[in-house]
Amino acid sequence: MNSVILIAGARLQAVLLLVFSAYMLLRGHNAPGGGFIGGLIAATGFVVYAIACGTQDARKALRFDPGSIAGAGLGIALFAGVMAVFWGDAFFTGQWLFIGATEDSKGLPLSSVLIFDIGVYLVVLGAVLSITFSLEEAV
Amino acid sequence: MSWYLSLPLIIPFIAAITAFLLRHSALGRWVSIIGSGLGLLASLALMSVVLDAGVLAGQMGNWPAPFGITLVADLLSAVMVLITAITGFAVAIYALGDITERQEKLGYHALFQMLLAGVTGAFLTGDLFNLYVWFEVMLIASFGLLILNGGKEQIDGGVKYVALNLISTILFLTGIGLLYGMTGTLNFADLALKVEDVENQGLLTVVAMMFMVAFGVKAAVFPLFFWLPAAYHTPSFAVSAIFAGLLTKVGVYALIRMFTMVFDHDVSFTHTILLWVACFTMVIGVLGAAAQSDFRKILSFHIISQIGYMILGLALMTPLALVGAVFYLVHHIIVKANLFLIAGVAHKLTGSTEVYKIGGLYKSAPFLAILFLIPAFSLAGFPPLSGFWAKYIIVKATLDIQMWFVAFIALAVGLMTIYSMTKIWAEAFWKPHPDGIEPELKTLQNKTALLLPIAGLAIMTVIIGLNPEPFVQFAERTAAQLLDPSAYITAVLGDAS
Repeated sequence: MNSVILIAGARLQAVLLLVFSAYMLLRGHNAPGGGFIGGLIAATGFVVYAIACGTQDARKALRFDPGSIAGAGLGIALFAGVMAVFWGDAFFTGQWLFIGATEDSKGLPLSSVLIFDIGVYLVVLGAVLSITFSLEEAV
Repeated sequence: MSWYLSLPLIIPFIAAITAFLLRHSALGRWVSIIGSGLGLLASLALMSVVLDAGVLAGQMGNWPAPFGITLVADLLSAVMVLITAITGFAVAIYALGDITERQEKLGYHALFQMLLAGVTGAFLTGDLFNLYVWFEVMLIASFGLLILNGGKEQIDGGVKYVALNLISTILFLTGIGLLYGMTGTLNFADLALKVEDVENQGLLTVVAMMFMVAFGVKAAVFPLFFWLPAAYHTPSFAVSAIFAGLLTKVGVYALIRMFTMVFDHDVSFTHTILLWVACFTMVIGVLGAAAQSDFRKILSFHIISQIGYMILGLALMTPLALVGAVFYLVHHIIVKANLFLIAGVAHKLTGSTEVYKIGGLYKSAPFLAILFLIPAFSLAGFPPLSGFWAKYIIVKATLDIQMWFVAFIALAVGLMTIYSMTKIWAEAFWKPHPDGIEPELKTLQNKTALLLPIAGLAIMTVIIGLNPEPFVQFAERTAAQLLDPSAYITAVLGDAS
């Protein structure tokens, strides 16, 4: 398909979807969202882009091989679990860091759970894209 | 302490990820070997800890049982993890000579390590739903391995394999749901305590049967075995060796775990069914093997018949029978994986696995012939190899409780096993090759990588056979733990319960 309107629209939409996916990823700990849904939304962005501009361009925009992204994501998720060893806890024990915590507020909480979620995000993104790209290319 | 439990799982995962990212370079295969080697060390460490402590339990993520995921290693889990690591290490080395570059690029090593992780996880988990998750990890990885770079035949086998395993999964999940509804828990230890209080014991038996069918498909017992001979002769030899050694045994392990710990409320009903299933599995498996002429198909049917012996050990539920079942499991994994590896070498030398079309191996490759004789005789139950002791214990257990007929079946099946092994021996090894080929081991590429694991596993078979005493003592301790899970329950739930 070679429609200028579609390509221009798809570019805009892909960016919006990627930003929204990052928002979904970050709000996931206490509200609906998280790595899985974030990864799906990000994948949608790239899929829209691939439909409009072709998978070759989409692969270029992704920069890395989707399979490798999924592999790296799995590694990051695993790392989030293994991190617990530095604190002497059991595998996958969540570790928390409260930046600027005072008596009344907890400040900015950062956790190994977020790292795990980023891993999931990448796994979903990579897996969905490697499936859709190969399907798209097979057609 | 809990890291002893998680390391045998973490190592194959790391190896899988690294091997996947390196799949386009030759380093991937070394990652796989090093990963398997480290996994072996980790499972040895776990074994030594469990031998001291009896049962080792760890709460992942520090969420206390029965709410979080517990990893537990009692003697049975520890020995299964260890034997998985040994087989995995052997097959990882063998893969150097068997797996093509194309398969490596498609991610063979990553899938292989993933499979090892799945199997290890299934042995270590102390939670029913987590067991389901590990089954899925295993299923996905094994499906990938089955169809990797395959043609029609591989896809045909793979689809049958997955279709039946999915049915088993559905039953398994339904059973999990019902069990959770009745007891409010899925932790093995907690279940063992709570099933006694379930009001509707009849429904509990129904759920038990669902689990029996679900795990029965995985273990390939009669009448749910037909996916196995349809699939196991199609993939690469390294893949079929690891499948033959480990996959069905996870089903057997799950059966043993559930039907000694949780579903022991109506032994006279459930275990009688298991007894019949075991007898039919033994007989049908060995008869099926007699009708085959493909090296790997013969061996595949023998897996089924051997599974029958293990289920028989579980069905009798006497201490001696469980000793036999545990001993059989360990012996069988080593022997079976080894026979498939040998089939691979025979294929490379003679160009086929159809025993009527090949031959001459005894004359041209006598070393391979000796290496074949050890596991083949062990499988058939010749003294003094490991299979003899395994069969001896099981048969003695049946005689002790005067089940003459069952003992007769077990012995007759052993005799017919010899028939199939003789067929392979006479056709593939003794008779001259019909095309006049005289294949020599010298001509093999990567000879060391192919023969080293075979020799190693054969030596283990001989060691177990000549010196069975420590292994039997170990199996006795394991059986005692299975029959009295109080140590397991205390280790998981603490003394408070």
